[in-house]
Amino acid sequence: MCSDKIDQILARHRGKPGALIRVLIEIQHEKRWLPKEALAKVAQALEVPLSRVTQIATFYKTFSLKPKGRHEVHVCTGSSCHVRGAARLLAEVQRMTGLKPGETDSESRFSLETGSCLGSCSLGPEIIVDGTHHARMTPAKVEGVLKRYS
Amino acid sequence: MAKLRSAAGLETLRADIVSRRDPGKRCIAVCAGAGCDAACSAAVVDALREEAAKKSIDVKVTGCHGLCEKGPNVVVTPGELCYFGVRPEDAPGIVAGTAKGVRMDEVPFYKHQMRLLIGDNPRIDPTRIEDYLALGGYAALSKALFQMTPDQVLDQVKKANLRGRGGGGFPAGLKWETAKNAPADERYVIVNGHEGEPGAFMDRALFTGNPHKVLEGLIIGAHAIGAHRGFIYTRHDSPKLIEHIETALAQAEAYGLLGENILGSGFDFEVEVHFDVGIFVSGESSALMRSIEGNPPEPRPKYVRTSVSGIWEKPSNLNNVETWANVSQIISRGADWYASIGTEGSKGTKLVSLSGHVVNSGVAEVPMGTPLRTIVHDIGGGVADAKPLKALHFGGPMGGSIPERLIDTPLDFDALAALGAPIGAGGLLVMDDGTDMVDMARYFLEFLTHESCGKCVPCREGLLQMLKILTSMTNGKGRNGDIARLEDLAEVTGMACLCALGKTASDPLRSMLRHFKDEYEARIPAGG
Ligand SMILES: Cc1cc2nc3c(=O)[nH]c(=O)nc-3n(C[C@H](O)[C@H](O)[C@H](O)COP(=O)(O)O)c2cc1C
Repeated sequence: MCSDKIDQILARHRGKPGALIRVLIEIQHEKRWLPKEALAKVAQALEVPLSRVTQIATFYKTFSLKPKGRHEVHVCTGSSCHVRGAARLLAEVQRMTGLKPGETDSESRFSLETGSCLGSCSLGPEIIVDGTHHARMTPAKVEGVLKRYS
Repeated sequence: MAKLRSAAGLETLRADIVSRRDPGKRCIAVCAGAGCDAACSAAVVDALREEAAKKSIDVKVTGCHGLCEKGPNVVVTPGELCYFGVRPEDAPGIVAGTAKGVRMDEVPFYKHQMRLLIGDNPRIDPTRIEDYLALGGYAALSKALFQMTPDQVLDQVKKANLRGRGGGGFPAGLKWETAKNAPADERYVIVNGHEGEPGAFMDRALFTGNPHKVLEGLIIGAHAIGAHRGFIYTRHDSPKLIEHIETALAQAEAYGLLGENILGSGFDFEVEVHFDVGIFVSGESSALMRSIEGNPPEPRPKYVRTSVSGIWEKPSNLNNVETWANVSQIISRGADWYASIGTEGSKGTKLVSLSGHVVNSGVAEVPMGTPLRTIVHDIGGGVADAKPLKALHFGGPMGGSIPERLIDTPLDFDALAALGAPIGAGGLLVMDDGTDMVDMARYFLEFLTHESCGKCVPCREGLLQMLKILTSMTNGKGRNGDIARLEDLAEVTGMACLCALGKTASDPLRSMLRHFKDEYEARIPAGG
């Protein structure tokens, strides 16, 4: 992504310290992680100390200070998916990708995330790849799904 | 569009909108709630639109209808015919009227409900305020502004005995009164739309599907309390939810229902949207307010309530999405009507997110006092794969479980709290007899251990120690004294933690030690 987009986001909130979280969310949505240079720019534009920006960026789990892979694999570990066998599903995804939750592989193909119930419990257990839900998953079906993403 | 400047202006507009609509004209409503959306309801919409373009039939994309299990869901009016599991290739039959639908009031999932809050969802395109106005929207606001004093509004909410739907069941009227009377030059009202509890999805269903219902309640509350600034705190990860809220705010403002001089009454009120960033504790009142200020969401002790000193130390009245959504009907239909629904101590209806080992996952709305048996068996269709029911869990990681034999307990704040399974926000997890109750306590504690903000020691360390013990028990390494140590830690964290996250973190465990202790004892090998 070009820094144009970051500049556009900052332009909308320049001089508004209260917009810090919102700005970081917008940049994270755009770029899927928060590069160091972006944090410095945010600090300058919103007129907040870089230490505050860093504090917020490290406190909230949604923010990533590392680049993400091309595909985001999210295994729902909400309570309903849990009772329906999400742990076995996660173990299989981990085995196939060699990743632990929060990690990205060296070829930047996949990033693995867990947690955060998305409210589509009727489809559980599910894995969500780049926003597409793969419903009523079993460990045996994992390979077929991941193969589709290169 | 011109801003409305009087109650009469609103009614003229409403009459105009209604007169342009032919109630006999067929309308196809496609659910785009969380479950249906994930099941590709968008492709169904495209197919239906293509078919319908040939005839004069409307296709509406709406919020959650409720029966997520059978999505994508379609409802055709008039007649309220339901179609389930709809695929794009079903479009011609539905549009032509040849496909066989089931009348909504004959679907078991729907027929045992009382859908006062969510029932309008299939009739509303959430991005069109006109749909809400056509169904009588903002009439309660107009009544509150022009026919009632703020004190009368407050009095109605108190008389209705509306209790908070976000977890605590605290009387909304009392909270409003505290915020109203706290000395200050400014005060705020806030919608808690964080819904961070796993297995809870009813707030999203309501807020995404009918944002104006929540907004109308908020404006009425702001007027009663004397607030001119409001905040909506909601999830950052639900694009439709955000879009619908922001559209609703813009449309309400364009019609003069929000902003300066609302409906010409002289009352000014503005609303800002803020987002959580994927951290559970930011749904807690004081943490949420810190987050709105732009700070990390760390809770503070509640020697002084947030209704007295909240955002920027001003009185700040926080209510849950569903709590606010109840307000307009209390004003329009009266406190006596509202209080006639429910039980002695729990009034009105309650939205319940049904999930787990249940046949019909989805969002159900029932009068308070409904037996859990009705919710699980009649509405939920019983346990999946015809397995025996083992337990019901309410309230997620800060809630509790009760065994199957208590299934005739009514849905009631106090009755369930007394059994150790407080309703919480309304997430109801159904568990079959294959569920390991030691693992469930471990699961919920693991969740909260990750979510603890780390500010206070009892929570940061206490939860971790409990988690360690439970993990070793589930791994077959239980030891003598483990249960006593768990009970001890549960007592200390319950007393000494700063906020309700830590204080109630051991509640699932306690409920399980109360109702399923034999399973825990079985994990301690003799002489282990
Ligand atoms: C850790 C924690 C998380 C919470 N999360 C939510 C939430 O997501 N939504 C909510 O409405 N209330 C949540 N609450 C409860 C709020 O603190 C508060 O009681 C509630 O929003 C008040 O609204 P009500 O009186 O209308 O229920 C949470 C509480 C705690 C301790």
